[in-house]
Amino acid sequence: MRAFIVAVFAFLYLPIALVVLFSLNAGRHASELTGFSTQWYGKALANPFLVEALKNSLFIATTSALLAAVFGTAAALGLARVNIRTRTIFDALLGAAIVVPGVVIGISTLVALVQLFAVVNPFVASIWPGSTPPRLALGYGSIVAAHGLFSMALVSMIVRTRLGSLDRNLVEASSDLYATPLTTFHSIVLPQIMPAILAGFLLAFTFSFDDFIIAFFVAGAQTTLPIYVFASIRRGITPEINAIATIVLCASVLMVVFAQLLLRKTKPSH
Amino acid sequence: MSTAPVPDIEFRGVAKRYGAVTAVSGIDLAVPPAAFVALLGPSGCGKTTCLRMIGGFEQPSEGQVLIRGKDMAGTPPYRRPVNMVFQQYALFPHLDAGDNVSYGLRQLRPRLSAREISLKAGEALAMVQLAGYGRRKIHELSGGQQQRVALARALVNKPAVLLLDEPLAALDKKLRTDMQIELQNLQRELGITFVLVTHDQEEALSMSDFVCVMNRGSIVQVGQPSEIYHEPADLFVADFVGKTNLLAGKVERRSGELVEVMLADGSVISARSRNGVASGEAVSVSLRPEALRLGASEQGTFQGIVRNRIFLGSTAEYAIEVPALGTLLATADHQLSQDLFKPGEPVAIGFAPGAPLAFSGVKENGEKQRETKNVEIVS
Ligand SMILES: Nc1ncnc2c1ncn2[C@@H]1O[C@H](COP(=O)(O)OP(=O)(O)OP(=O)(O)O)[C@@H](O)[C@H]1O
Ligand SMILES: [Mg+2]
Repeated sequence: MRAFIVAVFAFLYLPIALVVLFSLNAGRHASELTGFSTQWYGKALANPFLVEALKNSLFIATTSALLAAVFGTAAALGLARVNIRTRTIFDALLGAAIVVPGVVIGISTLVALVQLFAVVNPFVASIWPGSTPPRLALGYGSIVAAHGLFSMALVSMIVRTRLGSLDRNLVEASSDLYATPLTTFHSIVLPQIMPAILAGFLLAFTFSFDDFIIAFFVAGAQTTLPIYVFASIRRGITPEINAIATIVLCASVLMVVFAQLLLRKTKPSH
Repeated sequence: MSTAPVPDIEFRGVAKRYGAVTAVSGIDLAVPPAAFVALLGPSGCGKTTCLRMIGGFEQPSEGQVLIRGKDMAGTPPYRRPVNMVFQQYALFPHLDAGDNVSYGLRQLRPRLSAREISLKAGEALAMVQLAGYGRRKIHELSGGQQQRVALARALVNKPAVLLLDEPLAALDKKLRTDMQIELQNLQRELGITFVLVTHDQEEALSMSDFVCVMNRGSIVQVGQPSEIYHEPADLFVADFVGKTNLLAGKVERRSGELVEVMLADGSVISARSRNGVASGEAVSVSLRPEALRLGASEQGTFQGIVRNRIFLGSTAEYAIEVPALGTLLATADHQLSQDLFKPGEPVAIGFAPGAPLAFSGVKENGEKQRETKNVEIVS
């Protein structure tokens, strides 16, 4: 049994360990370890295509995570007020959205967007006064939208859990102490659910930053970091790729750990 | 009526329903200014519901709630001149004790200066003997200290009425007694109305100027503690407030306030009846344990055998078995040790002529003990 567990973990983590190891290898070839070096990190960051992809990814991850945090929180707050049947249905739908495979989300988002563009673009063109009407197309916007929508489900689940354990008496006490509903929201409710929102933001960021499948379907001509890595792997695995993978890995692990710490802190104190 | 002061709180024909459940109904109550009122009743009788309607957290389904003569319909909690001390304190965990206390002050418009706020908050903390605890986090305070912070947080706003929902239920006995005295002192010093919800009849009797006894969503009696205890309005109040012996019987004859009741053992005793019971009616006769007189001779009304004795220093409590009547509780005070009856000893029981009270309805003796225990467990 123990050997089996060791095997499973080895199978899971050995490839990752190898990636990290070879990103620090002085030589170009994965066949031999020739010494310690951080040169590949420098090389990777000097590659303009890669830096461009990295910037794109950071922008998309930040924007989609922000949108998800705002709308996911709003959804969670709204759901706390509706009747129990509506809430159960929405909870089920949110849960489903999270377990639907990325490929399905990718394809369906692509189909939906293309359909939407087919309707909106001619309409905008017909009412646009100038000669070059704006056209909606796949790109930044579509990736942000797809990621934001998915992460919204994630954030609202996390925030709902926290809201559920929020003491209703606190809200009433605040109201009893002359605070208007708005004041109660920002001085009592928001501080109580903030760690959950932050954790949701970090998880949403990590998800978007790491996501390949959904982005691949809706990216259009844009390149994100995972898409760039995928493309370059076809030309062979280079130590540069290992270096990038290691950077992404470290960043993701840090974010997830931080999110977990925040979530642990949000557990009710009494 | 025009000379009577405007009541601090007034309920006019108030009912509250949750769907098909009627929580309270037909509530009429006027609380005079600067009074200490206790809402007393068993679990689920609607005490919290009444308090929450004063606070504005629930709207009456029927009738009106007035605060200082003003109808509160449609007024949200944050516009009502009352403050509440919640049962679980509901202190804001992300603020320290001082910021909890000053929370209400910071909502005031026009704004108070920061200096004024911290001054007042400091005074409020000092008032509940927590001077210097302002920078403590809530979780760094003991249960009793949290209770005091909650009290200071409400009182600092100088409300017209302070609402307290079983504020002492979570404290241990010693602390509870201390806080009872402290609350009474504060009420007298501040001269504002306190409405205390409790299901602890001793607490209600010892602390308040007026007790409002509730049962099943209605008010059954309002009066001063001694009135509630000595002149209960009905069988429920007699049974719920204080310990009593209830003897089932049948009215033989009545003349004015006095009725002759035949008990299960065939003896006939004379009892007072406030709300006119009819001849032939099944009644319960209430005899307080301290009204019973114990004697060795054969001169008492009942003859029994001591089953149990609890020596309490200045008094002793006896459980005495009387054939056909069951077990009677008797409290005898100032007993010299040689006068104490021992378990197994026969004893004669008598009582002062005015002591027995007759109420319509019958309730098995002993049932009450069980019920009040349940109350404590449930809530
Ligand atoms: N939100 C609600 N929805 C439905 N029924 C309710 C609600 N709040 C209270 N009730 C019902 O109204 C009745 C009175 O409740 P209330 O809380 O006022 O009792 P209470 O006297 O405070 O009891 P306790 O001593 O147990 O606190 C109960 O039967 C209760 O079940
Ligand atoms: Mg209650």
